Amino acid sequence: MVSQLINANPVVYERQERRARARQPADDDEYAADPIDQLEVFDILFACCGKKSLFFCCGCVVSLTNVNHIRDIKDPEHPYTLEELKVVSEDAIEVDDKQSYVRVTFTPTVEHCSMATLIGLSIRVKLIRSLPSRFKVDIRVAPGTHATESAVNKQLNDKERVAAALENPNLVDMVEECLAQTYF
Amino acid sequence: PCPLCFLSVPKSSPRSGSTDPPDAGEEAAMEAPEECVELKELHRLEGHTDRVWSLAWNPVTGGDGAPAVLASCSGDKTVRIWRQNLATGSWDCTTILEETHTRTVRSCAWSPSGSLLATASFDATTALWENVGDEFECISTLEGHENEVKSVSWSASGSLLATCSRDKSVWIWEVQSGGNECDCVSVLQGHTQDVKMVQWHPNMDVLVSVSYDNSIKVWAEDGDIDDWRCIQTLEESSNGHASTVWAVSFNSDGDRMVTCSNDLTLKIWDTNSNPIQRSDGSHGPWEKGFSVYRGGGAAISSPTFPLLNPIGEMHRRHLCTLSGYHDRTIFSVDWSRDGIIASGAGDDAICLFVENKDGQIDGPSYKMIMKKEKSHEMDVNAVRWNPKDPRLLASASDDGTIKIWQCTY
Repeated sequence: MVSQLINANPVVYERQERRARARQPADDDEYAADPIDQLEVFDILFACCGKKSLFFCCGCVVSLTNVNHIRDIKDPEHPYTLEELKVVSEDAIEVDDKQSYVRVTFTPTVEHCSMATLIGLSIRVKLIRSLPSRFKVDIRVAPGTHATESAVNKQLNDKERVAAALENPNLVDMVEECLAQTYF
Repeated sequence: PCPLCFLSVPKSSPRSGSTDPPDAGEEAAMEAPEECVELKELHRLEGHTDRVWSLAWNPVTGGDGAPAVLASCSGDKTVRIWRQNLATGSWDCTTILEETHTRTVRSCAWSPSGSLLATASFDATTALWENVGDEFECISTLEGHENEVKSVSWSASGSLLATCSRDKSVWIWEVQSGGNECDCVSVLQGHTQDVKMVQWHPNMDVLVSVSYDNSIKVWAEDGDIDDWRCIQTLEESSNGHASTVWAVSFNSDGDRMVTCSNDLTLKIWDTNSNPIQRSDGSHGPWEKGFSVYRGGGAAISSPTFPLLNPIGEMHRRHLCTLSGYHDRTIFSVDWSRDGIIASGAGDDAICLFVENKDGQIDGPSYKMIMKKEKSHEMDVNAVRWNPKDPRLLASASDDGTIKIWQCTY
């Protein structure tokens, strides 16, 4: 997808043990109100264990088929997983179900990543479609990780510009391609 | 116009709800008791299949037992015309304007005579619709903007129309022959980003635009060069906004305006000294200052004239900042004939503000008199007071609904 490496020397992080979702006895009742938490939002974005996954790397957005586990997804530029590159980690997702608020902070692996707005837009679209409409969603790049951080953040959180962007067929195709594999 | 009950509130009155008190300093920090004013939901208008972006009351309808008419526009690419049924009080969608705009219709505005409706779309065009009885016919399509048109506004006389776009420009159009002929008379460049809204002064040919570049620009016709030009820029360094400015509204006299922003504040501006020739032919202070600057080389090419009149005052002077009332972007603001400012925001709330007439030692101040939490299920994109009945407020939301509220005070 890219002809040359955008990030020649990525920092590689330790893998983390995936914690199991705490199951409540009331979970048997599928109508019980189940507050949306950090892990659920992470799963929406990086569905694993049988679901397909939305996949970002430092230079491009790629969706892979037949992904059974996020740890097996490789960055096309490097033999590392997304988790090891820490583009999005579970800790970067803040959820307040009571306040109907979600904030996702993503970390481009290079500070001039040209795809940062597309990555952010894809995250936003995925969450708009997956979360109840009461949720307010803020998307941002991690502080200090992008050369045009404030411009990227401002654009990603201007709903009028996002609405206009999502009426652009070419851009929608890119987002759809990126998201297609995240649905069953 | 300010209801008396707002004036007798003790300064120590407790704040309601979960809102944090505003910062100390220039902000008004008072609030009236809740029982003093409220917004009662009268009607919920459903029909749009996407978010509703904007609203416009037809200025010549309603009042004296005549049915009021409201236009709404949406991400579903349509405009809906709503008319109140006088027998039942209910609101019916009488017409749907569709298949003209191919993308989101972002803004709509009635001409002062109420006979024409202008609609601005992300499809880069502005359409003019003639209202004949219950029928609407598209009589012109204004083309020229490079991309999304964000807002449209009629001048007080109805002879000028302004549009603005993501292409950073503001266009002024002359409307002739009842709308069948429209000529672009000026393309105004100066904003460095997306222009969000244009609004004409209520009785003078002065235009205000607000932008994603955080600035507010004031435009007027310069007879000497026979063109329109920016006569003032209000930005963060002149007590302006620190993020996108989404909307602007004038009070009924036109001597003040209010703006709202992504920086979560509303700002009130004094617009008293206008750069317009007075009716007796004399010049106001601005013209004198302008004459001085006209031969001034560098000053004339500058897009901003921070100190234009002889006594060194700004034409549009910052009066006060209202902050701490909304938790998310404030998308819309509207100043009622009765002097009440309504704001609608991304926190799903509507707030009402009035001038605080108690002790103006530090100059004019404004105070919140009501916050309606959860006024809609999603972001509030537009609030509009009825021009005939200043106690009626309409609001529009991302939840696809329009609500008509009765304000009791």
